[in-house]
Amino acid sequence: MFKDIQKKTIVILLGLILLVAAVSGCSTNDEQSTVEPPANPDLILATTTSTQDSGLLDVLIPIFEEKTGYLVKTIAVGTGKALSMGQEGEADVLLVHAPASEQVLVDEGTAINYQLVMHNDFVLVGPTADPAGIKGLSKSSEALAKIATSEALFISRGDDSGTNKKELQLWKTAAIEPSGSWYQETGQGMGDTLRVASEKNGYTITDRATYLALKDDLSLDILLEGDEDFFNIYHVMQVNPEKFPKVNADGAKSFVEFMVSKETQEVIKEFGVKEYGQALFFPDALK
Amino acid sequence: MEKILSGVAEAFRMILSGDPEIYQITWLTLKVSGSATFISILIGIPLGVLIAWWKFPGRRFFISIINTAMGFPPVVVGLWVFLVLSRNGPLGFLNLLYTPTAIVIAQAVIASPIIIGLTSAAIMQIGEKMRLQIKALGASRWQTLVLAVREAKYSLLAAVIAGFGGVISEVGASMMVGGNIKGYSRVLTTATVMEVSKGNTEVAIGISVILLTLAYLVTLGLTIAQHRR
Repeated sequence: MFKDIQKKTIVILLGLILLVAAVSGCSTNDEQSTVEPPANPDLILATTTSTQDSGLLDVLIPIFEEKTGYLVKTIAVGTGKALSMGQEGEADVLLVHAPASEQVLVDEGTAINYQLVMHNDFVLVGPTADPAGIKGLSKSSEALAKIATSEALFISRGDDSGTNKKELQLWKTAAIEPSGSWYQETGQGMGDTLRVASEKNGYTITDRATYLALKDDLSLDILLEGDEDFFNIYHVMQVNPEKFPKVNADGAKSFVEFMVSKETQEVIKEFGVKEYGQALFFPDALK
Repeated sequence: MEKILSGVAEAFRMILSGDPEIYQITWLTLKVSGSATFISILIGIPLGVLIAWWKFPGRRFFISIINTAMGFPPVVVGLWVFLVLSRNGPLGFLNLLYTPTAIVIAQAVIASPIIIGLTSAAIMQIGEKMRLQIKALGASRWQTLVLAVREAKYSLLAAVIAGFGGVISEVGASMMVGGNIKGYSRVLTTATVMEVSKGNTEVAIGISVILLTLAYLVTLGLTIAQHRR
């Protein structure tokens, strides 16, 4: 008899939970900002996986939301995807790192208010054993040539991201077309690609920030750095509201101004110093 | 091995320390998948009964479509819902993309065929004779539905469990239409993928333990209901 009541109680409780869940399922009431929320509070930010994976956005976005009352929907995809979202008006503001591709959008009038935000650098990482013998070289083109001739395992992002575009550009500079079983494309973000390289003892090109953030979990060393081609530059830009009337122009403008403001640039300067002993990004809009 | 153990330890730490972000993500997961399953039940069971009993032209063809839809890749559903809800899509004006509501919609689309298909199979199992008997005793349409549901109780609850299990474990569609936005549309599955990609393996294992526990508790409750006398 008691077992029966017990069972009935559990069932009723469960039913109530599911019912409450169903009723309140579509509403959220998080993110109380102290500022009066703007008319259109939803802001879609298309950005790269490196800004998210490094943890930088987890620091910057809450500051922005608190300050302005906007709800930022950060969609972290590869630079290629972020730029195409801009070209379709599916995003309001972009934060990406492929200047050559970005210029196309600026020229065609898709991107406006194009501002330099910060930079860091890429590094070439690989197994400590360094089978291709590239340690000590100073030019990335030499290193890539050695990797290609020795057919050492090289892992590429293969996802049209800013990092991928940089990597392909470097192969071009080395006058090599990488192909063969030693050149493998993951089609995934930097973190996943680094993990694959680590597991398979392969080489890869990564931004320093993501590498530092994941270093403890990886068995990869920095084998080449400082090459001037390794410069990784981030810009922020609005998607042109005249071309795409559905974008949140006020929100986008607010975000661009935020990213180049002195306070934010200071935050970027300090980011990662405590945790990794060095800054992960270098602000460029500090005057 | 130590990674897995420290992951499980991380799960306990997150629960016991009352980590607000984890609680928020867990509650959102339950809300979203609960709503989606609930909607699928509302659509699925009546439709399933209808298909079982009403011999309309093209019925067999329709059933084969439903059966195919049951095993349809969730990520493909996600892609289509994304295209419909995106700004340039037909329902773009609703501004539903990258919201928890979008995830509920995608998950409901994933779960509904499962519930429709399994319900119609369960009802067809009852057989014509029972239905005629009920009708002969003077039952209205509504009463017939209720009696049929009672009769096929076990199979129907199995259908609900299958539907719920399918959506609480779904990640591709939830990521695409929800956007995995912190504090807003991040659910346990999408959080797990993100933490893995960020290199926080222990946190990812911890989240997956919580997800498994949540799925188990809800399924346990449903199973108890299934076997209740």
